[in-house]
Amino acid sequence: MRSSENRRQARQLILRAVKKTETLAELTLSEWDLLIRCLRVSKLLAYIGNRLAGLRLIDQLPEQVQAHFDAARQLADYRKQLVLWELNRVNQALAELGEDIVVLKGGAYLLLNLEFSNGRLLSDLDLLVAKDDIEAIEQTLIKAGWETTQDDKYNQHYYRTWMHEIPALRHPDRFVEVDVHHSILPLSSRLKPDSNLLLNSSILVNNRNHKVLAPCDMVLHSSVHLFYDAELKVGDFRDLVDLHELLTHYSVEIDDFWRVLLSRAQLLDLERPLYYALFFTKTLFDTDVPQNILAEYPGKPDYLSRKLMAFLAPLGLMPEHPDFPEKKVSFIRWLLYIRSHYLRMPLNLLIPHLWKKAQMRLSAE
Amino acid sequence: MASSAKGLRVVIGSFRVRVHCREKSFINTFSLLYQDFELSRSDFNDFHIALQRPLNLRRWYNRQIIFCADGQSAFEPFPLSHAMPLFEWGLNWFIARRSHQYLMLHAGVVEKKGSAIIFPALPGSGKSTLSAALSLRGWRFLSDEFGLVRASDGLLQPLPRPVPLKNESIGVIRKFAPEAIFGPQFPKTRKGTVAHLKPVWSSVENTHQLAHPRFVIFPQYTPGSETTLTKVPKHYAFLRLATNAFNYEVMREKGFFLVRNIIDRCACFNLTYSSLDDVCEFLDKLIAEDEKL
Repeated sequence: MRSSENRRQARQLILRAVKKTETLAELTLSEWDLLIRCLRVSKLLAYIGNRLAGLRLIDQLPEQVQAHFDAARQLADYRKQLVLWELNRVNQALAELGEDIVVLKGGAYLLLNLEFSNGRLLSDLDLLVAKDDIEAIEQTLIKAGWETTQDDKYNQHYYRTWMHEIPALRHPDRFVEVDVHHSILPLSSRLKPDSNLLLNSSILVNNRNHKVLAPCDMVLHSSVHLFYDAELKVGDFRDLVDLHELLTHYSVEIDDFWRVLLSRAQLLDLERPLYYALFFTKTLFDTDVPQNILAEYPGKPDYLSRKLMAFLAPLGLMPEHPDFPEKKVSFIRWLLYIRSHYLRMPLNLLIPHLWKKAQMRLSAE
Repeated sequence: MASSAKGLRVVIGSFRVRVHCREKSFINTFSLLYQDFELSRSDFNDFHIALQRPLNLRRWYNRQIIFCADGQSAFEPFPLSHAMPLFEWGLNWFIARRSHQYLMLHAGVVEKKGSAIIFPALPGSGKSTLSAALSLRGWRFLSDEFGLVRASDGLLQPLPRPVPLKNESIGVIRKFAPEAIFGPQFPKTRKGTVAHLKPVWSSVENTHQLAHPRFVIFPQYTPGSETTLTKVPKHYAFLRLATNAFNYEVMREKGFFLVRNIIDRCACFNLTYSSLDDVCEFLDKLIAEDEKL
């Protein structure tokens, strides 16, 4: 087999794993050999393992393959427990303040008991609070034992001046980092969604003492995070799967979902990232996005951007064949890295920032 | 997929490991130490490991080697001459990080007449030397590092590998068993001088046969001491075994039940020793008496 065919095989396998999980029991051992590696690097091993278990297919897989899914699911369950415990500790520490705290992303999916969240490999706890409250919250957490993870002065200054979050906090007895945000995008970025709109529409989770974003806002946050804040690297592919799952779930559960989602995107100034979210979930995973929505989309990016992204993003996001890496892909990932920084801050901020970062790297060596 | 099947595929314990490296010195050492290991005929590999030169400027004046798993480099580069210790250490690291289908005790494990002894211990307490010595006196050697407890039935999965002996231990084992086969000595590693003892053939051959845990023994090498065995309370043994495991927390309640099961089934002792000949004889007797019961 030629290396280009091998590469195509890797891409087809991972898409098939997400789109047609029910057909995976038919794979050969050499296909599994490749797919397990691709799933691991995209942080999807436990997710696919859980779906296979839900379909009652996991017992039919070769024993060696099952072992990898078992191990990954075990680890995902453990991380889930750690994150929920961290949330419990944060809540206890902040109880006296009485401020509203909204749980974002993975933590929110867990609280809402969304099926796909069981297997989603969590690493940290993301929270959204009002900007005016953030200082009190940070001080209270630090008093209760959490410590900042950024000792460097420049990094501290950079976070506080330009970022949408304070430097991550971590309790020395535990492993989970707590990221406290006051906005879903850096202050320096071009799009300026109003955080108050998000906080005011947040909802209390049943039987739990926590808030999460409203369903459409969750989709928008995930879209903006992936297509405006992330570098679109392999580790971000999982976020596209999240979007696929969120869209699939809420389009059935909520009446008139697509219209509500679009008008919310307009209100929050997030039409562009949402377009990409809808376009790529539909193109890669056949997500049930109505065709006319994309055709008649109001805030569509221009033709050139669309074509460029349609070419670059899948190559950046999808795992490469581990035995046949391509120079082209490394270059594309570098372009996407530059893009992510460019979107995050205007050039007059970006260039000094990248220069400072390069200096810091050099002096570290 | 012939073209992606570069490298050698070896069965190491329950794992199938694909190793790819072009460095002659590594290939020579590897083929000596892993000589008795079965080649894998499966199309599925649990670990894909490549040892290769980094693509940077340093390659021209300071030869280095990097460890890649699944096509991604994993650690800081090592000096080229230390490829073998890097391979062993890197494989340990990946096994410990990924194999949560087992409760992974940090322990040496040996077996005789169907009874396995688990030697949980902190590095430096002599568990590697002790397990190596027993393996050279007719015991089946399961591991010097990993007590792999299978989650489904609590049995011990062997993972015989070359034993990395450090500093004085190398001379001690050479004297103890002049017939023992060693790889080359690697001076100035992070842990001092390291040489790998080739695992005995009979242990490598029986790698698919799981073992029943019968004893949990905490060894402590104390120069000049008599060999003594003292019973330890079970709650103490439980805590020491659990807290010394690689993934006790990750295994959650399963981890608790697996450790409890081992402690219920095992007699638990502290062992103080200085002479390897003595301690081997002593443990032989222990197993023989246990068999009579």
